[in-house]
Amino acid sequence: MSLRFPEVIAAMLMLAATGCHRESRDYRSLALQAQDRTKAFGGNAFHLAQGQRLYAWMNCAGCHSHGGGGMGPPLRDDEWRYGGSLPEIVTTILDGRPNGMPSFRGKITEDQAWQLATYVRSLSARTREDILSGRADEPSNVEPPVLDERKPVRRVTPRQDDASEE
Amino acid sequence: MSEERPRDDYLRDGPNLTGAELDAVLDETWRDGPGLMGWIRSVDHKSIGKRYLVTAIVFLGLGGILAALMRIQLSGPGHHFLGPDRYNQIFTMHGTTMMFLFAVPVMDAMAIYLVPLMIGTRNTAFPRLNAFSYWMYLAGGTLLWVAFVLNVGPDAGWFSYVPLAGPEYSPGKRVDIWAQMVTFTEVAALAVAVSLTATILKKRAPGMTLARMPIFVWAILIVSLMVILSMPSVALASSMLLADRLVGTQFYNSYELGDPLLWQHLFWFFGHPEVYIIFLPAAGFVSEIVQAYTGRQTFGYTTIVLALCATGLLAFGLWVHHMFATGLPRLGYAFYTAASMAVSIPAGIQIFCWIATIWTGRPRFMVPMLWVVGFIVTFVIGGLTGVMLASVPIDLQVHDTYFVVAHFHYVLIGGAVFPLLGAITYWFPKFTGRMMSEGLGKVSFWLSFLSFQGTFFPMHIVGIEGMPRRVYTYPAGMGWDTLNLISSISAFVFAGSVILFVANMLLSMRGGEQAPDNPWGAPGLEWKAASPPRPYNHAHIPIVLDNTPLWNAEQPVAYGLRVEDRELVLTTVLDARPDLREPSPEPTAWPLIAALATTVMFISSIFTPWAVAIGSVPIGVALIAWFWPKGPPHPDPVIE
Amino acid sequence: MKRAALILPLLAPGCAGIQSANGRDAVQGALIGRLFDVFLGVAVVVYALVIVYLALALLRGRRHRRRESGLQGEPAPSLERPWRIGLILFASATALILFGLAIATWLTDRALAKAGAEAPLEVEVIGNQWWWEVRYQDPVASRIVRTANELHLPVGQTTRLTLKSNDVIHSMWIPNLSGKQDMIPGRESDLALHPTRTGTFRAQCAEFCGMQHANMALDVTVESPADFRRWYEAQLVPQPAPGGAAAAGYAIFQNRQCASCHAVGGTPASGQVAPDLTHVASRNTIAAGALPMSRENLARWVSDPQAVKPGNNMPKVPLSQSELGALVAYLETLK
Repeated sequence: MSLRFPEVIAAMLMLAATGCHRESRDYRSLALQAQDRTKAFGGNAFHLAQGQRLYAWMNCAGCHSHGGGGMGPPLRDDEWRYGGSLPEIVTTILDGRPNGMPSFRGKITEDQAWQLATYVRSLSARTREDILSGRADEPSNVEPPVLDERKPVRRVTPRQDDASEE
Repeated sequence: MSEERPRDDYLRDGPNLTGAELDAVLDETWRDGPGLMGWIRSVDHKSIGKRYLVTAIVFLGLGGILAALMRIQLSGPGHHFLGPDRYNQIFTMHGTTMMFLFAVPVMDAMAIYLVPLMIGTRNTAFPRLNAFSYWMYLAGGTLLWVAFVLNVGPDAGWFSYVPLAGPEYSPGKRVDIWAQMVTFTEVAALAVAVSLTATILKKRAPGMTLARMPIFVWAILIVSLMVILSMPSVALASSMLLADRLVGTQFYNSYELGDPLLWQHLFWFFGHPEVYIIFLPAAGFVSEIVQAYTGRQTFGYTTIVLALCATGLLAFGLWVHHMFATGLPRLGYAFYTAASMAVSIPAGIQIFCWIATIWTGRPRFMVPMLWVVGFIVTFVIGGLTGVMLASVPIDLQVHDTYFVVAHFHYVLIGGAVFPLLGAITYWFPKFTGRMMSEGLGKVSFWLSFLSFQGTFFPMHIVGIEGMPRRVYTYPAGMGWDTLNLISSISAFVFAGSVILFVANMLLSMRGGEQAPDNPWGAPGLEWKAASPPRPYNHAHIPIVLDNTPLWNAEQPVAYGLRVEDRELVLTTVLDARPDLREPSPEPTAWPLIAALATTVMFISSIFTPWAVAIGSVPIGVALIAWFWPKGPPHPDPVIE
Repeated sequence: MKRAALILPLLAPGCAGIQSANGRDAVQGALIGRLFDVFLGVAVVVYALVIVYLALALLRGRRHRRRESGLQGEPAPSLERPWRIGLILFASATALILFGLAIATWLTDRALAKAGAEAPLEVEVIGNQWWWEVRYQDPVASRIVRTANELHLPVGQTTRLTLKSNDVIHSMWIPNLSGKQDMIPGRESDLALHPTRTGTFRAQCAEFCGMQHANMALDVTVESPADFRRWYEAQLVPQPAPGGAAAAGYAIFQNRQCASCHAVGGTPASGQVAPDLTHVASRNTIAAGALPMSRENLARWVSDPQAVKPGNNMPKVPLSQSELGALVAYLETLK
């Protein structure tokens, strides 16, 4: 057992120095050039997960459903009217596009737009498998969740119905 | 032993072959090959037990470093030594390392080493499975720690509650690594449990009925059965978690009719028996140690064995006490309150018996006895706070606070680590042939005992005063500052005392006093073997007439085992009448190869499901090669 | 000795802090506290007896050692009999004591259930990473009060909290008032509180919920029913657009990122995914208990939330110094 201990330690220290980009939680503001942002956001699981939550909070599902489209075009397919690269999706989100995509500049920060774009891009499987999550913690086959608290599919402790259910 | 044997000129031990001549032949048959290859191919339970012990102590050290980091961060309010992400990874790694990579494996280590010696046989049952289990354990621990170093260490707690540990709230591979590490260590523990159960039930020396087994062996038998019943629960739960995270199943998604509480039930159905799996071997240690140092058989043998069985059984009916705050029906909780209180009765009975042994014996206060006394003083406090936690209203106040942290460190360190350190000191002469330093041992005991109290007693108070668990920092002015500082300073002293103990081990291995076969005058069979034992353990298989074989003037042995091939005696389960002779496997590298193939498959399946299909092929090949029928070098002729 | 001294704070409820189970400032907390006293008393007595037994054994054993030894092994059965009797007595006593403690527990449980039966005031608390949404229920829908990270309770009345979660498992724990209850997504649970003393207390999330679990606290103010009513009515008052000095900050709030997530009643800002800020300036703390309320802390929080609570969901919005000043001035008017 004592044979290769020093070598093992040295290898581990070297690996530690490089870290693992997929796993870093970069929650400080990232003031980088466009190219660096594609790498910084695109290969990171934390940003994708945050994008998933922003998708719910900003009611993207109101037009795009869970990627299947409705009023807005589907996001799960391979057709990108205005470009499917990460910077192009960011522009779509921030500046809006013809035919009804509103502009979110000023409504969300730039970093949040990059996080959203990372998630949106992942809906069409254009992302490495090891960054994607298997599913979301939400109803998957029902109407998009309202911005208010998510109503569970099944109520466990029954409560008397409010009179407001008219 | 049939009379109709055809020609038989195989060499057997007996009155004509004994002493140095026998030693030479048996040594040739049973020893490992030379060098690194010999060590890798070894199926000798002593070699495997030692490597388990060394690895477990390394993980203890790593877990202890994490604890030190946590205590630095928490020594005062608002420190910036560790950020929240790092801290969450560190406390998760601390719990996971201590519970999965230290506590159970170290008990397995002692059991694998000692049980065959104690029951008078030459090796465990399924020795290749034991070897395989070690490699799986090492692989799982390495996976976890390499991941931690690469910032992919799990950060959702050692208990990994969903939905926090689920796909949406724990992005990346961190929790996947944790879940797969669980699979590794569960496979290893299950393998050891199966091996030890078979060993204890079938390979005892003739005459060692169940009622004459050492109490430690009883403890290991019960623990092995507990492992077999409880570990599958967590292996299942973690596999379901992996499926949720990687494949998109809905086991724990309440919005799709899954349930986060399902995770808690499955996890704690394992988690609660787990702590008794850790404690019962320690109770076994204590029974053996007090016996040796008081000069009398432990008082209440039958009672203690029944108490161990009762604890093992009851342990499966307590798990919901970890879930008292989740809002399950109160009537249901009442059963778990009752069971959780009841489980302290067998533990209390054992303590009564041990103290009675001391009272009616002639105690010698060598270092292992000190550890036993320290254990009693500490563990009882932990047991009493456990009774408090069993009561639902009280638990609803102190659940998830530092009060619980204090409780479980009192029962785990006081109740398992103290006896363990005493046991290592006690059996060190047997393992290495040298005595540990008595002076250093006393110093490290007192340092450990006192600094432990200083570290963990204040946590009871700070928990009641409102400090929750798993917090990377706390605000000033809550009344927690001084007590946390006391804890942190004492923690460092405690760490020093453990380092001192390990230093004692290392120094004694080189320069300790040479040990005779039975330095303590103890009654167990393991003390009949040499110190350290020869590769074949006992020169002749002993015949056992009562509970304290070495305290009898007459110590008969059995003759007739082959000595040029590896051969063991199998006896009947209850009465240990000799039944069969069985060949024992030769050293082989296939367990390592199978473990490597399994490791590759497990780790790659975190990244792609194809690994399960493709990775099964090398595993299949390795297992076929492993199990390919090959008899001993000189097999008995088949009787037509 | 050191241990005995450390027990003393446990037995001094009067000196408890604002987040302490020793506070016993509600019916529930007091019932639990009394039960704990019983358990603690029993535990101390039992422990003392065990230590005395152990000490006697160690001393008696020493004396045995000086006598000559015969062949080792098990002593004669006649010598063992008193010990066997002792064992049976010990086991029975243990079982009886535990039974008694179980009865005490059951009685406390019954009392707790009775104390929480009638609840004139209902409040819904929803856990989020890492803040609390609080809604006071009212039969008249227009009188429902929505706030965040604070709880006001009338003294001497029972309030029932209905607990839910929007994401992971959280746990509502107000140690001075009561035991805790987990908030599990997909389930509802409740917690009854009947405070008996006015004052301000601090609650904290008690189930590990991620990066900022340590900084998820809640201000609890217990006040007289009259003061409570006054506070409640004030919460119902909307915040119209201000003129004068606060107008610049108002414009920033409405037109920049703030309004996407936060709501201020009476203005177009109606984001639902972050704490309601309608009356934020009347709270004692901000950022779920992370910072006391003050102009400096508001500025510090708004300018860089990631420095105060790294990893939380409020982004760092780039603001110039003058914009920041204006925004904080506006927020301070939201009383």
